Amino acid sequence: MATFDPAELPELLKLYYRRLFPYAQYYRWLNYGGVIKNYFQHREFSFTLKDDIYIRYQSFSNQRDLEKEMQKMNPYKIDIGAVYSHRPNQHNTVKLGAFQAQEKELVFDIDMTDYDDVRRCCSSADICSKCWTLMTMAIRIIDRALKEDFGFKHRLWVYSGRRGVHCWVCDESVRKLSSAVRSGIVEYLSLVKGGQDVKKKVHLSEKIHPFVSKSINIIKKYFEEYALVDQDILENKETWDKILALVPETIHEKLQQNFQKHHNSLQRWECLKKAISSQDIKNDKCGHWLELEIMLQYCFPRLDINVSKGINHLLKSPFSVHPKTGRISVPIDLQKVDQFDPFTVPTISSVCHELDAVSTNDEEKEGNEAESDIKHRTRDYKKTSLAPYIKVFEQFLENLDKSRKGELLKKSDLQKDF
Amino acid sequence: MQFSGGMRKKLRLGGDQRKASYPHSLQFYLEPPSENISLIEFESLAIDRVKLLKAVENLGVSYVKGIEPYQSKLENEIRRLKFSFRESLEDEYEPRRKDHISHFILRLAYCQSEDLRRWFIQQEMDLLRFRFSILPKDKIRNFLKDSHLQFEAISDDEKSLREQEILASSPSLCGSKLDLDSESVYKIPFADALDLFRGRKVYLEGGFAYVPLRDIVAIVLNEFRAKLSKALALSTKSFPPCMRQLHKALRENHHLRHGGRMQYGLFLKGIGLTLEQALQFWKQEFIRGKMDPDKFDKGYSYNIRHSFGKEGKRTDYTPFSCLKIILTNPPGQGDYHGCPFRHSDPELLKQKLQSYKISPTGINQILDLVKGTHYQVACQKYFEMIHNVDDCGFSLNHPNQFFFESQRILNGSKDIRKESIQPETPQPKPSVQKTKDASSALAYLNSSLEMDMEGLEDYFSE
Repeated sequence: MATFDPAELPELLKLYYRRLFPYAQYYRWLNYGGVIKNYFQHREFSFTLKDDIYIRYQSFSNQRDLEKEMQKMNPYKIDIGAVYSHRPNQHNTVKLGAFQAQEKELVFDIDMTDYDDVRRCCSSADICSKCWTLMTMAIRIIDRALKEDFGFKHRLWVYSGRRGVHCWVCDESVRKLSSAVRSGIVEYLSLVKGGQDVKKKVHLSEKIHPFVSKSINIIKKYFEEYALVDQDILENKETWDKILALVPETIHEKLQQNFQKHHNSLQRWECLKKAISSQDIKNDKCGHWLELEIMLQYCFPRLDINVSKGINHLLKSPFSVHPKTGRISVPIDLQKVDQFDPFTVPTISSVCHELDAVSTNDEEKEGNEAESDIKHRTRDYKKTSLAPYIKVFEQFLENLDKSRKGELLKKSDLQKDF
Repeated sequence: MQFSGGMRKKLRLGGDQRKASYPHSLQFYLEPPSENISLIEFESLAIDRVKLLKAVENLGVSYVKGIEPYQSKLENEIRRLKFSFRESLEDEYEPRRKDHISHFILRLAYCQSEDLRRWFIQQEMDLLRFRFSILPKDKIRNFLKDSHLQFEAISDDEKSLREQEILASSPSLCGSKLDLDSESVYKIPFADALDLFRGRKVYLEGGFAYVPLRDIVAIVLNEFRAKLSKALALSTKSFPPCMRQLHKALRENHHLRHGGRMQYGLFLKGIGLTLEQALQFWKQEFIRGKMDPDKFDKGYSYNIRHSFGKEGKRTDYTPFSCLKIILTNPPGQGDYHGCPFRHSDPELLKQKLQSYKISPTGINQILDLVKGTHYQVACQKYFEMIHNVDDCGFSLNHPNQFFFESQRILNGSKDIRKESIQPETPQPKPSVQKTKDASSALAYLNSSLEMDMEGLEDYFSE
């Protein structure tokens, strides 16, 4: 794989936007079957150009228009915003107060930086295979809740390109949700509370809500390997002191002694569990809850409410390129979430490189350069590592289409009854 | 979940039929009253309810709501003021009727400004919560059914399938199977149970919240608040500035002065002096095809004409036209009537318009018109700015006309919105329909209170 050099971005992006970006599928998504007039035309996009020039309120008439503009401006970053009451690129002509954000997908942004207090391997923008499990668990927990508890059907999970994942919930009714309900959903999904100054961030009540217990069952599948082996959270005094800060002081001394006697985190965790459930702790609630609170603090997803609650919030677009890593924001296959490896996600340089190799072969074989750009592109990405990810995206689009057809049938059936 | 106003209650006086019009001790005030009342009764009902709401406020501040002594103290207040609160053996018709009418009168008064609205909604909610809390269980079920709140109770089979989950989710259920056996569980769309699901206080499955009866109150109150605030907000946009001045009077009078002496004088004057305007508004908003407008004029206005003598000699009791308001009986110090464009100091008028969120360009245009003594045109300009239209489409000469035209615009755009997306923000500019047909215009007004209009957030941010 070719290494990515940010200095090459302008050239790489030129090629990417001309030959690889999946405009047809992208338009198919945001047009939502053309059922609502002007839905695509009223969508805000924002571009970040070379030298950090940021332009908002971009909007396009159709797929061709989008393509032309993207190829012309060669954006480093593309963000997707809300569907407004008017064309965003004409918002200055609208009477004061009349230009309003009306609909948008419900989005989530899970960022590895928010876990810095509980991961030992990396910090801030870095990620590795040891801490990536946090994202795997987050996806499983959040997706289960969105699907089973809230009944949301069309959820697109996307790798952000560097240190996290995004989720786009695209159901028709969800796009209309108010800011208050979006906030409520994030609250429902939140368990870890408190900033740097708060030691114990999870407090469970007497009754454990089914959402919490189901999430814990997911965490339990990963906990041993992730926390006790990879993160080694009870490796030495420095690390186990952090855990001790979460349990009542009455058992600290005993635990310190016991920890010394054991050799690894697995054994010490067993130790801890025994100590918690013993009769030593009288005042604080103990036993089962305490053990769960620790697991949750170390593993439960952390969401940024500001990303989700605002209808006009702009979020990085799928298939956008990350200017620092070169990685493409690709959809994640939920069927294979455990196998997803951010380090094997194609970078813009690698796909462009692959494309060059392919094109050379093709041209040698067929000697035909008169093909239309579109046909070219359909074959182009299929021969790069981008192919499987676009397939995931297409499956997502198929499901959206099916749902839409189903809804239309239902509506026409109801009318036929009269 | 929907409040459907489809249940039209005809008011018939006499025996069992009286009971039928108000079958429950509490109500959601979905339908406005449609009967004649005298001016004196109008005033006394309004005063009594303000007293009641003040009591609700004070008790809520001094005691913990929901338990003794709050409960019995509030009950005493309600009894004292002769409002309905409990199913009893006596004829509850009068107290319930009083409750109904006074609520709607105060809607008129308290819709005028954000803080008045907030106060009114808060107290009305506390009152409703109290009444709900003393309602016997079987009565709750009946009340919900009659109020057309579309809660679906799930079958016992469905309940037992989810027993563990429901018990684990609801803080108000003690956790034993027995608790749940006798309790109905309702299945409602999750977005309608915001206050419950955000704190994980309810079981969610497939987009539905499974709410035990005892938790339904929270949802019902939320719906009540949402509907009430929408209704209030609607009224405010339709009030011409001469009516909006009312709020100032109310603000100064609804706060208890030190020593507890309430001054109702100014309150009455505020309602009373613009009463005819208010009455016309009431007539248009509330008649809804139930009553012959002639009958209303003969019955109601007749009373007004004869009670209005205290304000001085008035031989002509037709509700004041703009010209009349502008040319006669100018307001003095401490008065709140008159035409703001004519009688307000331009600086004060400017401030007022700014507080109504009119743009600086609009304000300047209005002030220019005022300078040129074109007061009614200035008011038309205000109309255009408030409703976001280029041309109001009529020539203003009466406050009630302002209201009427406003309702047409706000109601007329309902059809445009039907197939398009539902915004949580103000309307896009609608087309002004210029039908002169009285009956179709009345039809617009008929649906005014059921309108699904601007969102809650919008009006609290005004």
